[in-house]
Amino acid sequence: MTRYSIFSLARNALGYHRSWPRAWRSPEPAPTYDVVIVGGGGHGLATAYYLAKEHDIGRIAVLEKSWLGGGNTGRNTTIIRSNYLWDESAHLYEKALQLYEGLSRELNFNIMLSQRGVLNLAHNEHDLKEMSRRVRAIRLNGIDSEILDPAGVKTEVPIINIAGDVRYPILGASLQRRGGVARHDAVAWGFARAADARGVDIIQNCEVTGIEIANGRIRGLQTSRGTIATKKVGLVAAGHSSVLAAMAGLRLPIESHPLQAMVSEPIKPVLNSVVMSNTVHVYVSQSDKGELVIGAGIDGFNSYAQRGSFQVVESQMGALLELFPIFSRLRMLRQWGGIVDVCPDASPIVGKTPVDGLYINCGWGTGGFKATPGSGWAFAHTIARNEPHELNAPFTLERFSSGALIDEHGAAAVAH
Amino acid sequence: MTSQPFRLPDGGAIDRARPVSFSFNGELLTGFSGDTLASALLANGVHLVGRSFKYHRPRGILSAGTEEPNALVQLESGNRSVPNLKATRIELYEGLTATSVNCWPGVRFDAGAVIDVAHRLVPAGFYYKTFMWPHGGWHFYERAIRRMAGMGRAPTGQDPDRYERMNAHCDVLVVGAGPAGMAAAQAAGRDGARVILADERSQPGGSLLNMAANEAGTEPGWSSGVTAELESMKNVRVLSRTTVTGYFDHNFLIALEQVTDHLGPDAPAHLPRQRLWRIRAGRVVLATGALERPLVFANNDRPGVMLAGAARAYVNRFAVLPGRRAVVVTNNDSAYEAALELHAHGVAVAAIVDHRGRPDGTAVRGAEEAGLEVVPGHAVVDTNGRGRVRTAAVARIDGDGTIAGPTRTLACDLILMSGGWSPAAHLFSQSGGRLRYDAALGGFLPDHPRQSVRCAGAINGAADTTACMREGRSAGLDESAVPEAASASPTPPAQRQVFARHRAGEARAFVDFQNDVTAADITLAAREGYESVEHLKRYTTLGMGTDQGKTGNVPGLAILAGTLGAPVPAVGTTTFRPPYEPVTFGAIAGRDVGALADPVRRTPMHAWHEEAGAVFEDVGQWKRPFYYPQPGEDKRAAVARESLAVRNAVGIMDVTTLGKILVCGPDSVEFLNRVYTNAWDSLAVGRCRYGLMLGEDGMVLDDGVTAHLSPNRFLMTTTTGNAARVLAWLEDWLQTEWPDLNVYLTSLTEQFATMALAGPGARQVLAGLVDDIDVAPAAFPFMAWRTGRVAGLPARVFRISYSGEVAYEISVPARHGLDLWTAVLQQRSGYEVTPFGTEAMHVLRAEKGYPMIGQETDGTVTPLDLGMQWILSSKKDFLGRRSLRRSAMLDPSRKRLVGLKTEDPEAVVPEGAQILPMRPSGPPETMIGHVTSSYWSATLRRSIALALVMGGRERESHTVHIPLDHGTLRAEICDPRFYDPEGIRLHG
Amino acid sequence: MLLIPCPWCGHRDESEFTCGGEAHIQRPPDPAALDDAEWADYVFMRTNPKGRHRERWCHSHGCGRWFNVERHTVTHDIVAVYRMGETPPDDGDVDGS
Repeated sequence: MTRYSIFSLARNALGYHRSWPRAWRSPEPAPTYDVVIVGGGGHGLATAYYLAKEHDIGRIAVLEKSWLGGGNTGRNTTIIRSNYLWDESAHLYEKALQLYEGLSRELNFNIMLSQRGVLNLAHNEHDLKEMSRRVRAIRLNGIDSEILDPAGVKTEVPIINIAGDVRYPILGASLQRRGGVARHDAVAWGFARAADARGVDIIQNCEVTGIEIANGRIRGLQTSRGTIATKKVGLVAAGHSSVLAAMAGLRLPIESHPLQAMVSEPIKPVLNSVVMSNTVHVYVSQSDKGELVIGAGIDGFNSYAQRGSFQVVESQMGALLELFPIFSRLRMLRQWGGIVDVCPDASPIVGKTPVDGLYINCGWGTGGFKATPGSGWAFAHTIARNEPHELNAPFTLERFSSGALIDEHGAAAVAH
Repeated sequence: MTSQPFRLPDGGAIDRARPVSFSFNGELLTGFSGDTLASALLANGVHLVGRSFKYHRPRGILSAGTEEPNALVQLESGNRSVPNLKATRIELYEGLTATSVNCWPGVRFDAGAVIDVAHRLVPAGFYYKTFMWPHGGWHFYERAIRRMAGMGRAPTGQDPDRYERMNAHCDVLVVGAGPAGMAAAQAAGRDGARVILADERSQPGGSLLNMAANEAGTEPGWSSGVTAELESMKNVRVLSRTTVTGYFDHNFLIALEQVTDHLGPDAPAHLPRQRLWRIRAGRVVLATGALERPLVFANNDRPGVMLAGAARAYVNRFAVLPGRRAVVVTNNDSAYEAALELHAHGVAVAAIVDHRGRPDGTAVRGAEEAGLEVVPGHAVVDTNGRGRVRTAAVARIDGDGTIAGPTRTLACDLILMSGGWSPAAHLFSQSGGRLRYDAALGGFLPDHPRQSVRCAGAINGAADTTACMREGRSAGLDESAVPEAASASPTPPAQRQVFARHRAGEARAFVDFQNDVTAADITLAAREGYESVEHLKRYTTLGMGTDQGKTGNVPGLAILAGTLGAPVPAVGTTTFRPPYEPVTFGAIAGRDVGALADPVRRTPMHAWHEEAGAVFEDVGQWKRPFYYPQPGEDKRAAVARESLAVRNAVGIMDVTTLGKILVCGPDSVEFLNRVYTNAWDSLAVGRCRYGLMLGEDGMVLDDGVTAHLSPNRFLMTTTTGNAARVLAWLEDWLQTEWPDLNVYLTSLTEQFATMALAGPGARQVLAGLVDDIDVAPAAFPFMAWRTGRVAGLPARVFRISYSGEVAYEISVPARHGLDLWTAVLQQRSGYEVTPFGTEAMHVLRAEKGYPMIGQETDGTVTPLDLGMQWILSSKKDFLGRRSLRRSAMLDPSRKRLVGLKTEDPEAVVPEGAQILPMRPSGPPETMIGHVTSSYWSATLRRSIALALVMGGRERESHTVHIPLDHGTLRAEICDPRFYDPEGIRLHG
Repeated sequence: MLLIPCPWCGHRDESEFTCGGEAHIQRPPDPAALDDAEWADYVFMRTNPKGRHRERWCHSHGCGRWFNVERHTVTHDIVAVYRMGETPPDDGDVDGS
């Protein structure tokens, strides 16, 4: 692997950049692998990378039905944070954040982690109470989080409207300063390049069409590019988790829904932090290129189409303009959708399945990007050792039978 | 400089009688009504208009339309400012002020251009390879990069303008009012269909507007005749300045109408600035035309390098000469017409450089007859000039585009280029239609539609106006007999898709002008393995600018295909995402801003609460009085006064917002048995009962009191926040799972105003207001209800209590709510009635240990967790019952409801505080629970709290530790019933 | 935005409706007889097909009635609409996956 650095950049500049090698190979699938990861998104590539790096697995393949990083990895709003309520979630997402903090150098690929701070706004008494509970729990778990009053919010985000006479005024916010954004494509590419350097075969345009099981054990996979024999398969294909699981005869507590996002035209910096509001469904940050990156709510119907309905975008816009009046004359440049796994408790499933040698990593809902390295790290452990790491041990498929759900919906609507 | 030196003495669709003055980069200039900012700038000889995104290269005006990548300006300033508008799309108005974006101190000298000098260090994707040192150093670099990036600036304040959304339905939506679209609308309109014809320009005509009158290929006056006919048809709506920009499922499209943008500050106040049309069309005719492609050669980005078709538009529509001496370079016939027209208007055409070895045909012969020099088999391989092109270097090229001969330098101030035409198939692609690469055309044609959509005209590759009109008519009538392929005109003369290869790296040939993506960037990406077109796009930013790659995408794809040695169709095209043209956020929000962002619900007594100085709390969409501070009182003092009033005298609270659902039908009891955890068979008419609802997951969903009104009629109450959700939940079960049950549900929440009268004096107060209800305890016991007149108003009175005191909830028709409220407050029983808000109510119920939905519950709490086993019937099934038996529900370590008393009675624990079994020792701590409710109890003269703690009451009398921001509180776990645990007062 | 043919009101915009997810999940007649896994299958597990999907919609901002829709989860085409209690049109492969 040619190391990337300012020096290699300068050296290559002399040769008009004609000597850069491929970032990853484009191999033909081999007939046999020790582990096959299905899904070439961030989570799958991270899993392959950590399998190769931490667990000394010999032959590993990542199968991607299209182009790597083309699913939710390349379609999300790139927010990274670990301010989760329940201990189980906090530990898993915090592991991911810690890995993110060293990832550019670990992968020798600048993923542009920008720890500019994530604000979660509170708009009513109920939000304030929930925020208090969450922030206190997070801090006692050793994760940074603080509470801001409206004036503090204004200091962090000078363009935000903290007037009291708007429909849903800002009463406060929690702030995780270590939260932020990263370049989503770079996470996929960085993991791909580093995994490839460790011998992982990344095979694009290779769709899995069947899973071969005999006596309750994985035998191999049928793909659009032939049959591949293997004893261990990790399914990491957010959006298509149910389709793949069905090939193994499994049913999942998951529904695929569109999640839409959009960007504005690029403008000079006006918004440094990431601002999120669950109450009015607004998630916004400004990319390094200058575009405002805005996430919408989930569409209500099942879909595998990577597109949603326009009224979802419309319905959040009024709230966005309430919070940021100066955005009104800016313009939406691009709008798109991804397919997210919606899980009943808004927590992922990372672990074993009833089929020996078949592991599943799915159900991340709208929040998978922030977990990418942690998810891969824990999933690699699970596949290599055939038992979950304590970080992902609570996130089993069996929890839906036992009732030990990890409900991260945030609290239900205020009722009294 | 004379005014508008490049304006032709006559011609054009401008109004010379109406000169318009405007300012560009601080310079005062003049144009005419009918100009765009771009045409007016060109009329004044201004070509240097902007700077590019990455290298800050000087840029001019490439096009005459929505595809413009270069000429971006900041329009106006302050709170009316708009960044990144295309000068080619701004209609000139008096007093317009525009400045170039992304340059400092100015467009002529831009300090950012230092990047251009160091360009070899910053190829595509350079940032992925560096800025990783030292650890965390990216934050430092990022700050600098962010300042360099971005283009225009956001407005500085609240938008003074108004926007609206409009729904429209039609049989046929025709997009584009060129010859094909007009013919389609005319045919469909005459056929009686409801038609909408939308076009982004200020008037119909499309490409006809850009053509010389004698070349339009239509009879004189055709365009104005059809326009007049369309205007006269009642079933046809013509929308000008309206860009159809998004094509969604089920033939739903959005279009942005720029209602007053062209009027500037003089716009009449009654009109919105822009209007977002939401159109549901029976079928759609896309007559969106085609966009000309640039050619890729070294330094093809200098001001003065322009698309040939754009030059025709400037000459014919705006009567502006884009230069005096032109070099025309092309790979197809269409640029010849531009050359001839410019020649006819006195522009010296230095040469027509044609990539094709043997160009032939009428266009070529016409040029030669006019005495123009045609140079076949050659290409422009480089240009020169600072701030404006001065020379073009021309050389012979061989079959694969390699330079095969000496270069010849031609002086010029204008290079017109044509790389062929790409069908504007963006909306077709958005609609789910499949595109097909046409090698002869060098572009992607609409192929297989997924929705009810037809394409007509240049979008199909039709080359001449007659063919466009024919296709338009056919599409307008949806004549199925004419297959698209047959109706398309003969394919235009073959083009030669080449890009002149330069000695590597010496000079940059731009593909995406706005984002400064060069041909070398594309080959670099391919070399590094970013071979998928999506990877290419993301790695190089090709097509990611505000022009969405309208000019650069196809040439970029061709270069990628060439580099990979694969045919273009194998490399593929990216999906076109909405919108076709950027859409103003304000227009997307429409009127759903400010007070209309979300409806506000107010009770009939709201005005009284406001008058009394209540502080309100948002609960769902409702505004509820939180507390009523008297002069000098803070929240704690007000809540203490209000709660003491209830404990010692009488309080009144507006509880109108609680959900009320009328349950009727012979199977009502069975229905209640299924949805509530307790049994309802024995509830007599005249009595009420508390009920708890669970989800099928066993978690507490909602609670409330239900009254048996009469045989087969019950009135159910729900919490405020869950009222709609519970009704929907119940309807769902009734309609989909239990259609056999004869039960009907009706929401009565807003039909009745309800107030709770609570306190030891409540009975006496009520007695003074009624004469037909016996309020004696024996006659009107706890959990009973009665009807009668209260203060002379027809009322239903429920003896129920959430405070632990004797209490009555009085419901009257909503219109009487305020009358009853004031009557109660003015009664003369001897008791003063004190209004109390939600916070005092919270304190009172917490003193009693009553859990509150949404406070003690959060979707993860079962009735067992709340200590409410007593309400779970063992004799029947109910929703969620089976879930309570799952192993995790029976885990003794589950968090269960307890009371908490702080050691220091004055200390009020913050709600949400976490509970530790031991002194904190540093994170991560072991947390065994959290505080769900916490108050100062004025009644008990100490703080009280409710909490969910692992093991629950098993830990009673244990001491726990509650870490705060500073220090730790110690508290004892206790019975959550702090006050009157036997309920003596309640039944009093 | 989908255009949904309510069997009671006719074609209306999606924004008037609420999607209730997979249709024909019948509540077990005797939940107490099920083991935890069987009960979880009813409460949580979903078919989630890529292809034709039978699902429930409620015209919540219209007539308030629930009904069934068969819709393709890739094209979003609505293949059939039928009332509660009616049998779905029998046309073979519903999963489509």
